[in-house]
Amino acid sequence: MASETGTEVTDETSTEASEQSLLGTTEVADDRGAGPVASTETVIEARHLDVFYDDVQALQDVNIEIPEKQVTAMIGPSGCGKSTFLRSINRMNDLVDAARIEGELLFRGKNVYDEDVDPVALRRKIGMVFQHPNPFPKSIFDNVAYGLRVQDMDVDEQQVVEESLKKAALWDEVKDQLDQSALDLSGGQQQRLCIARAIAVDPEVILMDEPASALDPIATSKIEDLIDDLAEDYTVVIVTHNMQQAARISDKTAVFLTGGELVEFDDTEKIFENPEHQRVEDYITGKFG
Amino acid sequence: MSSETRDIVTDETNASRTAKEQTYRAIFLACGILSVLTTVAIIATLFSDALTFWSEVPIEDFLLGTNWSPQIEGSYGVLPLVSATLLITFGSAVVALPIGVLTAIYLSEYASDRTRSILKPTLEILAGVPTVVYGFFALVYVTPALGTIFPSISTFNALSASLVVGIMIIPMVSSISEDAMSAVPDSLRQASYGLGATKFEVSTTVVVPAAISGIFSSFILALSRAIGETMIVTIAAGSNARLIDPLDPFSAFLNSVEPMTAAMINIGKSDVDPGSLTYKSLFAIGLTLFAITFVMNVVSNLVAERYREEYE
Ligand SMILES: Nc1ncnc2c1ncn2[C@@H]1O[C@H](COP(=O)(O)OP(=O)(O)OP(=O)(O)O)[C@@H](O)[C@H]1O
Ligand SMILES: [Mg+2]
Repeated sequence: MASETGTEVTDETSTEASEQSLLGTTEVADDRGAGPVASTETVIEARHLDVFYDDVQALQDVNIEIPEKQVTAMIGPSGCGKSTFLRSINRMNDLVDAARIEGELLFRGKNVYDEDVDPVALRRKIGMVFQHPNPFPKSIFDNVAYGLRVQDMDVDEQQVVEESLKKAALWDEVKDQLDQSALDLSGGQQQRLCIARAIAVDPEVILMDEPASALDPIATSKIEDLIDDLAEDYTVVIVTHNMQQAARISDKTAVFLTGGELVEFDDTEKIFENPEHQRVEDYITGKFG
Repeated sequence: MSSETRDIVTDETNASRTAKEQTYRAIFLACGILSVLTTVAIIATLFSDALTFWSEVPIEDFLLGTNWSPQIEGSYGVLPLVSATLLITFGSAVVALPIGVLTAIYLSEYASDRTRSILKPTLEILAGVPTVVYGFFALVYVTPALGTIFPSISTFNALSASLVVGIMIIPMVSSISEDAMSAVPDSLRQASYGLGATKFEVSTTVVVPAAISGIFSSFILALSRAIGETMIVTIAAGSNARLIDPLDPFSAFLNSVEPMTAAMINIGKSDVDPGSLTYKSLFAIGLTLFAITFVMNVVSNLVAERYREEYE
């Protein structure tokens, strides 16, 4: 076990190395032209995170530092714990009776599993978009305004709804039908609505669990463009099964492999072109998975 | 004939199976027809006897009359009975709808699996108590208890009957509403939690609205049940047929009233001559009652229809 963790990118000895490579990303690829990457802070950090469902261990000793205002992709074969990791960030796993967590998960340095953390308040800072679009059976407007209302936010609803829909690249398609049911939208539109709904409450982090897997290629590419834009203002963590998608949209990529192990985490280019681990290369080149 | 095709053509074993199938089919069909015929026959006798009654007492005098005194004055105004039925239904609704819905929310959103596995069967037991037991419970325990709060209460009164009818229909409201709430997709709850909603907000802003037609249809079914309830009201509400004054709910609830079902029982058990007008009035009341519950069932079906389209 110990010898294995020794090779992990994010454990104690290699943290510096990974910070170095963080600095390196400026020259690698920053096609968004965002600010200097050197100023990037860690927003979310997992330390020796284990997650169990009853007796089944879904995540094993995960260590990772997710940087601010970048897109971090999580890839790996089915059942390797990607969704579990995402849900443990904003404590959605609290809703699963069988789930149990060990280790630490820090949000801006604070362990979110500390007793004094209110999961409701946490989820107000860390929004989530799900695999299948799940708009409420309410109007388009009410869907976007929903979070503002439950969070009792003192804002101009009209304005926030419009801005959020614009950011989600949906405004032009729905501006004349805001009072119609969200269920009448197409799947791709519904998913963009769910993204608008998540950004309306102005979170710091947006977690996305395979947000495009239920969509056709055109709708998918709209979502991908959108994610690119979102990273200007938000930290985005996205789970995807689609390797090309991860390569296209992410700055950093984490590779989980069967057994709930985070095997490698690095700049996306490095992962796809020159991974440290043979198992990661095999997975990416399709030999395994 | 190849060996494969031999198996599928009609030979002796296959023929006997087909014959058996047809017998089963005939038995099931007969049962189906029997129940339909019974229903039709009941409605037909209700109608024909009610019509002979209305040939002697004009239907408008029956439906709009405000005095019910069949034996003494020969007066057949059904409104006092209808008003009593509505009063008790209203009273039971005030008890059962909120408690039933809150119970359903608790069961579907708050209760742990263990609590739910204890509470649900308990509620079902409540639904299985014979109504005659409820009736005596109202008369022997509830009315005296109410007497300590309202000293002027009559031995037979609408309040006690309403409360107990309400208790009786709580399980109906809670179990149908809970089914509707449990059917709300979990993805909607997740969406709501993900936006920083509390459990209470998830329940009130997502689950209840998405299940609203199911909840509404539980109300209507439970209220139909309350309207048709006979034993409790006959035992506990009394037989004083008076028109309820909606402006004076206190005296309405604290005194004896005679709902439609109780009036029917009271006529039925008195020694009226089967050919008499009073006897025939039984069917007129019965038909009126049937019309009310029928309309409520139609409404509830319409609501349930809508409910199916609520979310994909
Ligand atoms: N609610 C749950 N109860 C019990 N076990 C669960 C639950 N959710 C996930 N698991 C188990 O945890 C492991 C990881 O599941 P998870 O959903 O995180 O995988 P994933 O990487 O997201 O897979 P996929 O790519 O198929 O979505 C799996 O073995 C799964 O069976
Ligand atoms: Mg998953």
